[in-house]
Amino acid sequence: MSTTVATPAQSAKTPPGKVVASDRAVAENRLGQKLVAPAVVIMVLVTAYPMLQALYLSLFRYRLTTPEDKGFVGLSNYGVILGDSLFWKDTLNTVIIMVVTVAIELVIGFAFAMVMHRIMIARGLMRTAILIPYGIVTVVSAFAWQFAFSINNGFVNSWFHWLPWISPQQNWFGDHWHAMFAIMASEIWKTTPFMSLLLLAGLSQVSEDMLEAAQVDGATWTQRLYKVILPNMKAAIMVAVLFRALDAFRIFDNIVIMTAGAQNTESSSFLTYRQVIQQMQLGMGSALSVLLFLAVLVIAFLIVKLFRVDLASARGEG
Amino acid sequence: MKQKIGPGVIVGFIVILVWCLLPVAWIISLSFKSVSETTTGSAQFLPKSWTIQNYKDILSNGDFTDALRNSFGIAIIATLLSVIFATLAAYAIARLDFKGKRVVLSIALAIAMFPVVSLISPLFDMWRTFHLFNTWPGLIIPYMSFTLPLAIWTLSAFFREIPWEMEQAAQVDGATSWQAFRKVIVPLAAPGVFTAAILTFFFAWNEFALAISLTSTTSSRTVPAQMSFFVGPDPFNPPYSQLATAAVIVTIPVIVIVLLFQRRIVAGLTSGAVKG
Repeated sequence: MSTTVATPAQSAKTPPGKVVASDRAVAENRLGQKLVAPAVVIMVLVTAYPMLQALYLSLFRYRLTTPEDKGFVGLSNYGVILGDSLFWKDTLNTVIIMVVTVAIELVIGFAFAMVMHRIMIARGLMRTAILIPYGIVTVVSAFAWQFAFSINNGFVNSWFHWLPWISPQQNWFGDHWHAMFAIMASEIWKTTPFMSLLLLAGLSQVSEDMLEAAQVDGATWTQRLYKVILPNMKAAIMVAVLFRALDAFRIFDNIVIMTAGAQNTESSSFLTYRQVIQQMQLGMGSALSVLLFLAVLVIAFLIVKLFRVDLASARGEG
Repeated sequence: MKQKIGPGVIVGFIVILVWCLLPVAWIISLSFKSVSETTTGSAQFLPKSWTIQNYKDILSNGDFTDALRNSFGIAIIATLLSVIFATLAAYAIARLDFKGKRVVLSIALAIAMFPVVSLISPLFDMWRTFHLFNTWPGLIIPYMSFTLPLAIWTLSAFFREIPWEMEQAAQVDGATSWQAFRKVIVPLAAPGVFTAAILTFFFAWNEFALAISLTSTTSSRTVPAQMSFFVGPDPFNPPYSQLATAAVIVTIPVIVIVLLFQRRIVAGLTSGAVKG
């Protein structure tokens, strides 16, 4: 991969002094494209090309354990998947996890952002604390919460058994909803801080003058929240929700570690992984990959439409 | 907001600290419990008797130390390469006018949303053909493509803020172009590059789905993948305290980086995502 350094090309275009603007523009255009080329090539080679490969493989009956049996089957893999109740069950799980975790994270993350916005002391300590869940390996978070919810070794049952709905002998991985709760707890714990940082950045862009003006005019706290703060943070909320929702939809690590799909807690990503790596069903797995990709596209599209915010303008790109 | 800090804010402050640190304290405490204590069951938070035996066991476990070496090697190489390519691209996006700028940003945005698991099936197939299955490059290459978008955003947001006229000013004052670049531009750009490197490193250090799918032995398995296979003799009773010890060890680099560079990480995370 040839990497052209900025300086020689630039000095090459400066000497003539009175270059015509269009020549300069042409040179700048060429240099710009050369500089972005390596990054674009790597990004596209490892995503777009394999995705096309998946699209192609999804049309075949192709199992690695019986490669001689490979044959073109058209769209029948998709037919099998869409007619299978397991696929829909896993999709439902994934959507439930996405909606519940993002909703809770948005509320808690906003509360955290308000606190961080107000606090004047120990900001370094706060930043350090908030970044630890963000930086921690998801697998570690999954283990920490799996152990916390364990019957024999966890502290959750012994600390919270005074709550009417938690018995000291609660087996958190014994039924569907308790297991889902544990998985979502790990997910929410790890990603709420990231959400709160994005919301904090949005919060700090809300004009203090406007807030004071609203206060002087007699707006209550709730009115200020709904009429001034939230509308002015729309772009930040949109970015946070979009990124977190897509991230939550791809949930994989927590489920693999905490339940390995037991109690019907499998997600779409886990199903895809299991078909490819454990069952060696490359044809079927590729069809699932394509469906997963399409689902992400649909979710991204829905969120962008829902909030009606242009992402590029939200980022300040011209 | 220059208001006095009310009791609500103090309570919130404490809640945030507990929220963030309790699970970390929990695995640290668990890592000091003896294996026999967790096998019989120990529901209390702190160990009955503290022991460092788990650390001795884990650090002399060849599979774990191999995985640790792989994690460091793969994450560092992926970070270096990703940041070099992202710096070139971000420089072009921030400073130059060229056709296709929006296309590049759109590609980056699309890849940031790409479901990693979708790639398992085609990459599994392709990597076996190219002999990249179960190798370091087999993980480094996809890690680069998934970290480039974040790195490009962070860096282009950062580069846009740099007063580039200072380079010319230094040249007017008699500096050569190399001196102007090295003494003026590099110090201004370094914090941004560094922030992008930290975020990239976190991704590669954390990644799990590709790490368990595209590797098969300890020659390239990273720590998160290795931990998922470390179930011990009884699958229904995992070696809690030893897993917790591995978890603590793999968290130490994260905590060190966060302690040293918290301000930059926050700036990087938010500059890339929310602007204007």
